[in-house]
Amino acid sequence: MAPSLDITPSLIALQLVTGIALGAVYALLAIGLSLIFGMLNVVNFAHGAFFMVGAFVGLYFLGLTGNFWFSLVLTPLVVGAIGLLTERFLVRRLYGRGIDDPLLLTFGLSWVLIEAMRVLFGIEGLPSSTPAALRGAVDLGFGFFPKYRLFLIAATAVVVLGLWLFLEKTRYGLIVRAGARDGEIVKVLGVDVARVWWLVFGIGTAIAGLSGVLAAPTRAVNPEMGIPVLAESFVVTVVGGMGSLPGAVLAGLLVGVVFSLTSLFAPDLAELSIFVLMAVVLLVRPQGFFGKAGHFG
Amino acid sequence: MSAKQLAVFDLIRRHRVAAVLVFLLFFPLLMPYQALAVNILVFGLFAVGFNLLFGYTGLLSFGHAAFLGLGSYGTGIAMVHAGLPWWLALLLGVLAASVVGVVMGYLAIRTRGIYFSMVTLALAQIVYYAFYKAERWTGGENGLRGIQVPAIEIGPWKLDFLNPITKYYVILVFVAAALWFVSRVLASPFGAVIEAVRENEKRAAACGFDVARTKLLVFVLSAAICGLAGGLRALHLSVVPIDSLHYLQSGQAVMMCLLGGMGTFFGPFIGAALFLTLEDVVTTFTAHWMAVVGIVFMGFVLFFPAGVWGSILKRTERMVRG
Repeated sequence: MAPSLDITPSLIALQLVTGIALGAVYALLAIGLSLIFGMLNVVNFAHGAFFMVGAFVGLYFLGLTGNFWFSLVLTPLVVGAIGLLTERFLVRRLYGRGIDDPLLLTFGLSWVLIEAMRVLFGIEGLPSSTPAALRGAVDLGFGFFPKYRLFLIAATAVVVLGLWLFLEKTRYGLIVRAGARDGEIVKVLGVDVARVWWLVFGIGTAIAGLSGVLAAPTRAVNPEMGIPVLAESFVVTVVGGMGSLPGAVLAGLLVGVVFSLTSLFAPDLAELSIFVLMAVVLLVRPQGFFGKAGHFG
Repeated sequence: MSAKQLAVFDLIRRHRVAAVLVFLLFFPLLMPYQALAVNILVFGLFAVGFNLLFGYTGLLSFGHAAFLGLGSYGTGIAMVHAGLPWWLALLLGVLAASVVGVVMGYLAIRTRGIYFSMVTLALAQIVYYAFYKAERWTGGENGLRGIQVPAIEIGPWKLDFLNPITKYYVILVFVAAALWFVSRVLASPFGAVIEAVRENEKRAAACGFDVARTKLLVFVLSAAICGLAGGLRALHLSVVPIDSLHYLQSGQAVMMCLLGGMGTFFGPFIGAALFLTLEDVVTTFTAHWMAVVGIVFMGFVLFFPAGVWGSILKRTERMVRG
């Protein structure tokens, strides 16, 4: 169990940055989950599966075009389109029923998506590699750090900023925020809320797909990769507070750092640590950092 | 439907434990092979325990694999590492599931609605990873092996536990006891409080019932029943796969319960039979059985949320009313 390396301050610093890079993916996942929940009051149990589909579709486009940036843009569109179809033909039928029904439906959907990828790409998964432009390491002053992971952090920052600008500064974002507060009133004001919900579900799943394509070079890509990810993104959402954008970002980074520091000091406890963190948060603050059920922003 | 059929239905509903037992008594004769019947029996009990919380109390837990697994591992570890007799080990398995049920329940009922499902899922993953890493005791990734019950001795009689039919009926004795217990709980005043909490939590609290304690008690009872199912499963399989602790296993309880009919007494067994038979049949011609089960499940959520047995009950009720 003892780490093979001596633990030095620079090692800890490096591990911290690694944790932030990991946390960036968690934050993206939780944002997608939170966005859909905040608006539609739907917990998307297929979120991990959409993440996994994103990784596969991303690698497929990468193989097809040989261009990482191309697949980075195309993949969220494809996964988002699957999300739009899901909302239109499946989830929409369940509005007005119990809150558990969409959850159960998306759980069933996750099984179908997993098998669909097994049929399309085989059960072994696909080899993934870091795009050429982002290979190598950068000197951070306290050690060399993989360029790709820095890119992960930057990409997440861009997405978060873009989403924030969209929600806070555009007319459409205003409708989304208002809809999360009180859908009825927004409907009365003459806005087609059903359309807004539809698009929000699409955006949420597109972000899940984007996190999949971003995470692909840092982990094994196989049809089961989304299964633990779903549980982890729940941890982030519970810690941050359901339906909160800043909560998702903060908790995502925290969970990433806790995971990576635990894997430095006690590798055997790494997976456990984040779930224990959640249990502690539940004891102290059951609603999470920024929890305000039913609101988004 | 004729008056005679209605009378039969009425009889089934009034004597629900007896009705389920009569069905289960003859059930192995209907199955292509007995190992599947034992599986259905064990998972039916698992779904019954889960149904107590989901169907009757309205709390959707996604962490009940923890209790199935704890029952299995508790029983298995007591037998393999401590050399205890199977019946004592089974008791310890149920105890392990109940104790963890208290802790998990205490944390989980602090949250409500959708949070509850996410939190139970995540808490159960703690148990999964802990058992995964504790390789010395649990066998880690390979699961726990070597749980052997060759025969069961009751006084002068010796029952061959390796014979699947005998195994089925031995396990049925425990399932029958558990079903009787669940039925008693549901028929008691406490059972009425449970359903009051499901229907309207605030009103139940206003009537002076302690909602949090009711939820916790049901949670622990449900954990104990699932633990018993897990212990029996360990005796049946003679191994404990690590997957039995994973949240996908919890998802199976959810699926079985909904397919059969949540909040009905007989539904969980119908659901378990449907799920496992479907899996059994589909795997003979494709490896992608999860897709088929997933689609069937989605179809039920969309069009028959009351499940097979629930829909039958609804239909007869409508006929009775006219």
